[in-house]
Amino acid sequence: MAKNDGYLSVKESRRISRENRRITKAFEKQHKRKNVPESEYLTQMKDPNNSVEFENLHPYFFTDVGTSKAVDGVSFDVPIGKTVGVVGESGCGKSVTSLSLMQLLQRPQGQIVEGSIRLNMGDGKAYEITKAPNEVMQKLRGNYISMIFQEPMTALNPVFRIGEQVNEVLQLHNEEMSEESVHERTIELLEMVGIANSEGVYKMFPHELSGGMRQRVVIAMALACNPKIIIADEPTTALDVTIQAQILDLLRQLKDKINSSIMFITHDLGVIAEMADIVVVMYAGRIVEKGTAEEIFKHPAHPYTIGLMNSKPIVGKKVDKLYSIPGKVPNPINMPDYCYFKDRCELCVDKCSGEYPGVVKLSDTHEVSCYRYYKKEGE
Amino acid sequence: MAKDKLIDTAVTPVEYDPQYILMVNGLKKYFPIKGGMISKTVGYVKAVDGVTFNLKRGQTMGLVGESGCGKTTTGRTILRLYGDKTAGQVLFNGQEVYDLTPRELNAMRPKMQIIFQDPFSSLSPRLPVGEIIGEAVRQHNIVPKEEYNDYIDEVMDSCGLQPFHKDRYPHEFSGGQRQRICIARALALKPEFIVCDEPVSALDVSIQAQIINLLNDLQEKNNLTYLFISHDLSVVEHISDAVGVMYLGNLVEYGAKEDIFRNPLHPYTEALFSAIPVPDPTVKMKRIVLEGSIPSPANPPSGCKFHTRCVHCTERCKVEEPVQKEIEPGHFVACHKYD
Repeated sequence: MAKNDGYLSVKESRRISRENRRITKAFEKQHKRKNVPESEYLTQMKDPNNSVEFENLHPYFFTDVGTSKAVDGVSFDVPIGKTVGVVGESGCGKSVTSLSLMQLLQRPQGQIVEGSIRLNMGDGKAYEITKAPNEVMQKLRGNYISMIFQEPMTALNPVFRIGEQVNEVLQLHNEEMSEESVHERTIELLEMVGIANSEGVYKMFPHELSGGMRQRVVIAMALACNPKIIIADEPTTALDVTIQAQILDLLRQLKDKINSSIMFITHDLGVIAEMADIVVVMYAGRIVEKGTAEEIFKHPAHPYTIGLMNSKPIVGKKVDKLYSIPGKVPNPINMPDYCYFKDRCELCVDKCSGEYPGVVKLSDTHEVSCYRYYKKEGE
Repeated sequence: MAKDKLIDTAVTPVEYDPQYILMVNGLKKYFPIKGGMISKTVGYVKAVDGVTFNLKRGQTMGLVGESGCGKTTTGRTILRLYGDKTAGQVLFNGQEVYDLTPRELNAMRPKMQIIFQDPFSSLSPRLPVGEIIGEAVRQHNIVPKEEYNDYIDEVMDSCGLQPFHKDRYPHEFSGGQRQRICIARALALKPEFIVCDEPVSALDVSIQAQIINLLNDLQEKNNLTYLFISHDLSVVEHISDAVGVMYLGNLVEYGAKEDIFRNPLHPYTEALFSAIPVPDPTVKMKRIVLEGSIPSPANPPSGCKFHTRCVHCTERCKVEEPVQKEIEPGHFVACHKYD
């Protein structure tokens, strides 16, 4: 078995893909409907101070080798005007969570099978993103939610000038705007993100700009329509530390300026500590711990969070040997039925072989999924 | 290229000092920019422009700087991977690397190895892992034929790979394991000196820690010398004994790790260190934010190359290029501030 692990016969593979097509077709039909009455995707926010609420979210990928549970039941809130940092290793579902908010999952394979995402539209109105058809989503993207991607190199189109690309965003979402006012607004945006030579950059192509400048342009595009929530998917990973410092400063200023929330996705704990008010730690598609930045960094509770912090060398702190988390992330197609972190955990107790641990509240804001904290709660 | 009159190739030669495994003196590497109808050389990209440092046996030197500052070019030029250097000296065990005949160079190669940044593109997808590691071992006759198989197993074991991995292909491995293969490949030749060109940049935090620990263990066991190139300052601080800070082809500051991190002298080093995010939300950093970005190495600023972004810039900095000075024992800095 060991050698053929993950091997599928042709017959089996065909059966799976036929089954997948049946499921995804039904989902696609839902998304492609036209003239859907608003009442169908209208909902109520649990807390009107939240910008976005994720509840028990399950985006799955229906692949030919089986269903990959990329994210398996994630719930957290993004309050208005706050920055929520999502940390985790690659493949833990950070990006998938944010992409499901935009409904930009690779379709038809990627589908949200369960759970809900509520987007606050203001004035007591809220939309249920998972039920919103494509038509509606197109209006939401850019206007209410927008995204800053990791690679500024690939996020910009190399054959169009910077000005045209920013203009396009504005024109698509504001059809009544005249050409002159679009141009004016583009220049204004470029100046807002700290590009000094905005008229010059307007006429440039992406390859003429440095990485930091490109990322500024991408931020300008994301902010063009004053979105309520900005998803920053590893916005500084491809940049140098000095440029990273500039971009982080810029993001913080702009967030306050247009009063929106940021969902900040990164694997760099240093950046999270600096940017985030609330931190969500993800592991293998689930949230293992969440709390305010201070709680997470001062009193990390979950063994994974502790391991993650110890494995990063810190300037000014001397250690002989870095801690490294043993083992590796479980396969998302074939998840164990006990705590996903058990096999790599050095602190596990007997109970850990039982089913996946529930959420334990350590304080009003600090939650952790680990059996080690059950006792203190008195179960 | 060295015959070009525009390039200043004059370097005061250094005497070999046996305590250093590697001595780099005034090393320059320019890449020509071709232009016009007949591909005439119209200018040079001054990737490495006068780098001087010495590296003791068994130590690790970290080389940090922004992207495009010439860290990688320095590493590769030392290994003679770019054909010819433009100027300067590279003394490896007292032997000028660029004076070797092809036969001598071939004998020298196993002694100096490199680990590349991207473990996804630096392994041939068509060779099984055993062959990737063993190819050079056979080529250089590192061990007798009878011991070859056992030797490969032993090397793989020391890098945390299982013997049955030998027949697998690189695509079957995760990023961290691929990097282990790269390390095993370099280590199999019993090198004395390894250039680690951003070996952990492409890896996750927890995998990063594994690879850094592995590099440290191997160094202790085999008395290796590393030139550790990285832009991650916290990793460099953890692994290095000495640190060099590069800016636009120049080594602006270099010295023992403790000196550099405790007392950064060059304004660029100060700014670089203040930009490191600290994983502690209660610490509010006093940050020196550098304006603008790194200038083009094809047309570097006159005088001190950092003067366009420096807060302490004076008239003198704009005309006169600073030279490396020893401020405290073993701590060198190239800045007019300390004259």
